[in-house]
Amino acid sequence: MAKSQAIKRYTSRVIVLSLTYAALLCGAVYLFVHHLLSGPIAYVAAVLPALPIIGIFVAIGRYLVEENDEYLRDQFVRQALIASGFALSIATAWGFLENFDLVPHVYAYYAAILWFAGLGLGACVNKFQAMRGEP
Amino acid sequence: MKNRLKVLRAERDWSQGDLADRLEVSRQSVNAIETGRYDPSLPLAFKIAELFELSIEQIFTSPSKENDQ
Repeated sequence: MAKSQAIKRYTSRVIVLSLTYAALLCGAVYLFVHHLLSGPIAYVAAVLPALPIIGIFVAIGRYLVEENDEYLRDQFVRQALIASGFALSIATAWGFLENFDLVPHVYAYYAAILWFAGLGLGACVNKFQAMRGEP
Repeated sequence: MKNRLKVLRAERDWSQGDLADRLEVSRQSVNAIETGRYDPSLPLAFKIAELFELSIEQIFTSPSKENDQ
C-alpha cells in the first residue's frame, strides 16, 4: 500500500498552512516595522501568524482521527507524546532558569518550535526502535 | 507477539507489500506485525485470519504460551 490517504491529506494541509503562516508573518512584520498599526487592530494583526500554527495542531489531530492504519497511528501518537514531553520539559526548566535571572527571556511561541523539533526527535526514536526490533 | 505471518506469506509467494495491499494497511504495519514489534488489534487480527482462512490462534501464538515453545 502506498502512502496512506490520511498522510497525503495531512501533508497538503501542513503545506497550505505553512505558506499561509509565511505570508501572514511577512505581512504582520511589514505592518509593524512601518508602524502602520495601533489599537485593537494591532492585536489582531499580531495574533494572525499564530492561527496557521494552531491550524497545524488541528491538522495533526485530524490526521490521528483519519488515519485508518492502526500501526501508523500508534507510531504518530508516540511521536507526539515524545514531542510533548520534550517541549514541556525544556519549557519548564527554562522557566525556572529565567525566573532566577540565569537565562534571558524567550518568547512563549518557542514552545511550539520546541514541540515541532520534538516531533523530529520522536520520528528518530520510532526509527531507532524499529531498527532494534523493539515496539 | 510471535506469529506465522512470514511463513504464510511465503507459502503464497506474497511480498510484504502484497499482503499490505490485501489487508489495506501499510507495508510498515505488515513488517512490524511480522517481526513481533506490533500486536494488531482484534479487528485486524480477524482480517488477517480471514485472509488466510485460518483461525487467529493458528497464526498468532498466545503470549502466555510463548514460553512453552
